[in-house]
Amino acid sequence: MNQSIAPIEQYTAAFEQFEKQTAGKEPDWLHQIRKEAFAYLQETGFPNSRMEEWRHTNLSPLLQQSFQLCRDDRHDVAADEILPFLVENLDAHQLVFINGRLDPKLSDLHGLPEGVRVESIASLLQTDAARLEPYLACQGSFEGSIFAALNTAFMQDGAYIYIPKGAAVDKPIHFLYYSAPNGEHLASHPRSVIVAGQSSQAVIIESYAGRCGEEYFTNAVTEVALGPNASIEQCKLQRDSDKAYHMTVLQAHLDRDSRYKHHSIILGGGFVRNDIHSILDAEGIHCTLNGLSMADGNRHIDNHTWIRHAKPNCESHELYKGILDDKSSGVFKGQIYVAKDAQKTDAKQANQTLLLSDEAEMNSMPQLEIYADDVKCTHGATTGQLDDDAIFYLQSRGVNQKAARSLLTYAFANEIVHQIGCEPIRGQLDRLLHERLPMA
Amino acid sequence: MVSSSESAIQEALKEYKYGFTTNIEQDIIPKGLNEDVIRLISTIKKEPEFMLDWRLRAYRHWTTMQEPKWPHLKYPPVDYQEISYYAAPKKDEDRPASLDEVDPEILATYEKLGIPIEEQKVLAGVAVDAVFDSVSVATTFKDKLSELGIIFCSFSEAVTNHPDLIKKYLGSVVPYTDNYFAALNSAVFSDGSFVFVPEGVRCPMELSTYFRINAANTGQFERTLIVAEKGAYVSYLEGCTAPMRDENQLHAAVVELVALDDAKIKYSTVQNWYPGDKDGKGGIYNFVTKRGKCAGRRSKISWTQVETGSAVTWKYPSCVLLGDDSVGEFYSVALTNNYQQADTGTKMIHIGKNTKSTIISKGISAGFGQNSYRGLVKIQKNAQNARNYTQCDSMLMGDKCGAHTFPYIEVKNNTAKVEHEATTSKIGEDQIFYCQQRGMSEEDAVGMIVNGFCKEVFRELPMEFAVEAQKLLSISLEGSVG
Repeated sequence: MNQSIAPIEQYTAAFEQFEKQTAGKEPDWLHQIRKEAFAYLQETGFPNSRMEEWRHTNLSPLLQQSFQLCRDDRHDVAADEILPFLVENLDAHQLVFINGRLDPKLSDLHGLPEGVRVESIASLLQTDAARLEPYLACQGSFEGSIFAALNTAFMQDGAYIYIPKGAAVDKPIHFLYYSAPNGEHLASHPRSVIVAGQSSQAVIIESYAGRCGEEYFTNAVTEVALGPNASIEQCKLQRDSDKAYHMTVLQAHLDRDSRYKHHSIILGGGFVRNDIHSILDAEGIHCTLNGLSMADGNRHIDNHTWIRHAKPNCESHELYKGILDDKSSGVFKGQIYVAKDAQKTDAKQANQTLLLSDEAEMNSMPQLEIYADDVKCTHGATTGQLDDDAIFYLQSRGVNQKAARSLLTYAFANEIVHQIGCEPIRGQLDRLLHERLPMA
Repeated sequence: MVSSSESAIQEALKEYKYGFTTNIEQDIIPKGLNEDVIRLISTIKKEPEFMLDWRLRAYRHWTTMQEPKWPHLKYPPVDYQEISYYAAPKKDEDRPASLDEVDPEILATYEKLGIPIEEQKVLAGVAVDAVFDSVSVATTFKDKLSELGIIFCSFSEAVTNHPDLIKKYLGSVVPYTDNYFAALNSAVFSDGSFVFVPEGVRCPMELSTYFRINAANTGQFERTLIVAEKGAYVSYLEGCTAPMRDENQLHAAVVELVALDDAKIKYSTVQNWYPGDKDGKGGIYNFVTKRGKCAGRRSKISWTQVETGSAVTWKYPSCVLLGDDSVGEFYSVALTNNYQQADTGTKMIHIGKNTKSTIISKGISAGFGQNSYRGLVKIQKNAQNARNYTQCDSMLMGDKCGAHTFPYIEVKNNTAKVEHEATTSKIGEDQIFYCQQRGMSEEDAVGMIVNGFCKEVFRELPMEFAVEAQKLLSISLEGSVG
């Protein structure tokens, strides 16, 4: 720990060193983007809780720590250690990153359909960097998101998924970012790029996990671009260690008539912040953002989502649920923005939180910003505890109180789980929920 | 719904209805704000030492503060040195004791405004403490109220006659450190109303103050303080009109309510200040801090507001629910037409056990209007079994306006039940068509639909106000369809 050095200065030294290492090994355009991102970081500095976007998340626990970039790809993770974090009974195209770097031995990419590419960004930069140039750091600029800028400056590896026009990928594509820093304070900045061509279809699973009890910092950025009529279901499973710092920024750009379903399942991490920016930039788009967060202990989970209806005739559905126990705290901020021309928009947003203990706390900020008149927009937010009448009803049927509470909590969570289209993931989540709610 | 004579009147009033000025000589102190100006205000008002101290403390704090930038509002910066901070009717020395002594020109102004003081006195039983610019000029029914021990007077009188009460309650709900505009108001407030209802007394009539901004370039800074002691009840009405002006006039009022055990305070507002012309020129800036403290057990504070005026509105009537079993309510209709902007809502701070709050907010946007609801519901750690229900509905007319909802829900106690719902939709074309088919004009149909949309709020208004509010909505919406 190096508390005397201001966080930005700490990163300045790290960035100079990082530049030296990568000098000459990277294309110029990438180096340029990194420099711009870092300049932005230096200029803006890290946010504080006086800023609107961070009013309920105090970053000082993260900023007081000093995390190092992983220097090489050596690690001691065996195949059976990551097994619990791969979806059971799921035959998937699979990329596994350990401490932010691809491990080809743990990955499995046999039988990829023709034209579909699933590979590591680090190796792609060596072999065919031009492929990445149109997509990398172009979806959303890092401006306005300091952690996206930090990722852009320091990213080393991540998943690149390209699905060509008309292709339907037979099996789900799964990429796992696993951290096992062995007591070192490691930071990884994984970058994922998902490009779905016109009329393509795929199920994509994005997993984050870590070795139990380890303290590390994952700062991920995922860029998604859907072509016209593409249909993508994306499921994020976050099962980091309880001491992990987990920050992610997802930027999705959706084209005409595309279907995008995103499920964000947050089960781990000690200090979690997720930003999701979804831009509905043409007509006829359906966008679904669902989320389930479960926290206990002292954990903090903060979800921010922005849905921008830029064009007419689009639909968006958003349902974020939280289950908070012990002294955990949750934040939800969801904004639906309907631009002036986006007539006939149909947007629904809901945030529901269950507080299981006296000391848990929730801050909810659902927002509507609407500049078009012929729209249907609603949002709702509820925060409360389990319904006493429902518990009593179950007790009167011979279910003991503890089991009744578990059962009702399970039912609350299941509303999100059962909307996931991919059966093996549903099964896996069901088992995980049962682990946490043993009597349900 | 609208008779032909009414339509004719409305036609005549397409321009701002109450746009005229009264020619009364005024005492105006020079523009600008510094400690000397504050001393001057205090001297003119013959205030005791403690008031001046308080004003100066507020001013010094204000100079350290920044104007808030977070509201969803756009307006040119206000030059606080370009404003004169005090204006009083000339005849300050011989304050009228009864209506007969009131300057006939002022009475004539009220006539034009349609405020029948005479009639109200007899028929409606309303005591009117009318603030003409900054100093109270007419107070009625005071004797009748004083029999019951109710104090209803101008703030200046209260400072002189009831300094102990002022010392005890002034700033107890909205301290001068609270926000930029509250600090400014605390430093320069000109006058306002003071109401004190003693233990166990139910105020037999609705208390009412009509505010009116008159002199050009004079910001008006009222301060209202209402205290209801144990078991007391009072209903207070506030209504506003202002003459047509081209320059923006600043208005930064503070309202403080204190309800002790079992007390109930109902505060209703109809705000119809000059909203600016069709091109967004002129209009009042309305930056108001209103807050009620349910200090006692089982106390209740209820805010009802109809906001149709002002170019810019920044207003969050709030309730601090401190006492166990206390109740807070907020009913609001906010309408923005032409280039009006409103950022309004409420805060419900639940501190005591079994506290309840209800928020019903109706926003209507037309023309280029921007209407935001911004509300906070906060359940503190010890607020066992707190309950909140919030409903925010927005209606949009035309594709150039905006409706926004920014709720903040902070829950620190798991026994709380908090619900928030919001909808945004267009005015129903089918409904308009149905009305037109029945022979109504489109404008009347819109008026009727909007009034229906706002019914839940109008129901909370006292009778006379409800009628006035409905008319006001129809007038404010003229020219917004088609």
